[in-house]
Amino acid sequence: MSTPTIGVLALQGDVREHLVALAAADALARPVRRPEELAEVDALVMPGGESTTISKLAVLFGLMDPLRERVRAGMPVYGTCAGMIMLADKILDGRDDQETVGGIDMTVRRNAFGRQNESFETAIPFAGMTGEPVTGVFIRAPWVESVGAGVEVLAEVPAADGPDARIVAVRQGNLLATSFHPELTGDHRVHEYFVRMVEAAAR
Amino acid sequence: MSTTPTTADQPQIGTARVKRGMAEQLKGGVIMDVVNAEQAKIAEDAGAVAVMALERVPADIRKDGGVARMSDPNMIEEIIDAVSIPVMAKSRIGHFVEAQVLQSLGVDYIDESEVLTPADEINHSDKWAFTTPFVCGATNLGEALRRIAEGAAMIRSKGEAGTGNVVEAVRHLRQIKNEIAKLRGFDNNELYAAAKELRAPYELVREVAELGKLPVVLFSAGGVATPADAALMRQLGAEGVFVGSGIFKSGDPAKRAAAIVKATTFFDDPKIIADASRNLGEAMVGINCDTLPESERYANRGW
Repeated sequence: MSTPTIGVLALQGDVREHLVALAAADALARPVRRPEELAEVDALVMPGGESTTISKLAVLFGLMDPLRERVRAGMPVYGTCAGMIMLADKILDGRDDQETVGGIDMTVRRNAFGRQNESFETAIPFAGMTGEPVTGVFIRAPWVESVGAGVEVLAEVPAADGPDARIVAVRQGNLLATSFHPELTGDHRVHEYFVRMVEAAAR
Repeated sequence: MSTTPTTADQPQIGTARVKRGMAEQLKGGVIMDVVNAEQAKIAEDAGAVAVMALERVPADIRKDGGVARMSDPNMIEEIIDAVSIPVMAKSRIGHFVEAQVLQSLGVDYIDESEVLTPADEINHSDKWAFTTPFVCGATNLGEALRRIAEGAAMIRSKGEAGTGNVVEAVRHLRQIKNEIAKLRGFDNNELYAAAKELRAPYELVREVAELGKLPVVLFSAGGVATPADAALMRQLGAEGVFVGSGIFKSGDPAKRAAAIVKATTFFDDPKIIADASRNLGEAMVGINCDTLPESERYANRGW
């Protein structure tokens, strides 16, 4: 197939890093801020950023409904951090009026790993990824509190305060989400994984 | 400079990547000065990506005079409790104990700021010694790189805080961008002398020459009062803006704050900026910078 065109939601956040990572993973990458720009892409990345800001701007500029329609119609989407929150059907510790696009049957707790002083990086095994573990950079990061039956868990980190593990990467159908930021590491394997998802969806 | 855990399973906090990465998440956004929980909520409602907690906005620091210091921990904690977005707070230049206190309060970023009265006229704080990341002001590339060498994880062009006049913000951002562009044109032989001229470490100078940008996020600050001001700074190359007195010294802070957020995202769309600029009520009055005596120019603080 031809090279897929993948948009990066560019309302706020680390858009540039995702554009670079997608280009390195052999996709055509372009920023998306308007409904007509969304209509032109095959798939979308929702970047890290401040989820309350991104959500508010998406509503104000008429993107929230088109985003939901595209997700319902099967458009592949990858969300990192704030983007994971945007893909969650349910969020905890959000603002009362905070809307999400939804699509993944999961409950995500915002800022679950704590404030910036608790932000961390660590090596994590990622299901289906060959080679070295992925370096997870977690910044005021959310975690997935629970998932529905149709959701595949791709990565977990040990909980700091007990025997449990925290879910930090999931996939449901054409939707992928990570609590952490592969776009900050220079390791493009997670973006390559997503580009392969986009190619498979187009077949 | 960043440390990468390749084999270690232990999570690492406070790495350069985690500190700089936090600023990457703020890009395209507006960081607003607030003096209490109520203002912090207005800022969050308007779509701010973070708030800067301080006792007096720069316009009032100018008016009141005297020594300006770190804010009361109670007031900072009230703001932390009131909002879910990141909270920043200011320490005096070189006052590493104020910075230690701010870190212990759990603020998300420390601004070692010229808006407060400097505590040390020679040294800035050693910012590598902290888990909490720092943002620092700069008027030119050399100053920015000296702060990064000391551990700053984010830079803001200084402008002239509390004036409501964007002229100094433009001057400083242009200066930094022009000096970066100049470095891009240098060959390797010239970078050593450039480092000497800039009074900055050679390794950082070489990194900037290669990247064509600072190795950390660059915001603009000091004088933004309108949506068009914010969009101007973005078009000039700032990755986001700090707005201090401009919002809560204006007629309708909630409306102006939301308008500046919109104009910062759609900084290259004059129609959206025009819509955002309608019926905002009174802007802050503002000060002409050429009538400011040298001693009252905050941008001169820091070295």
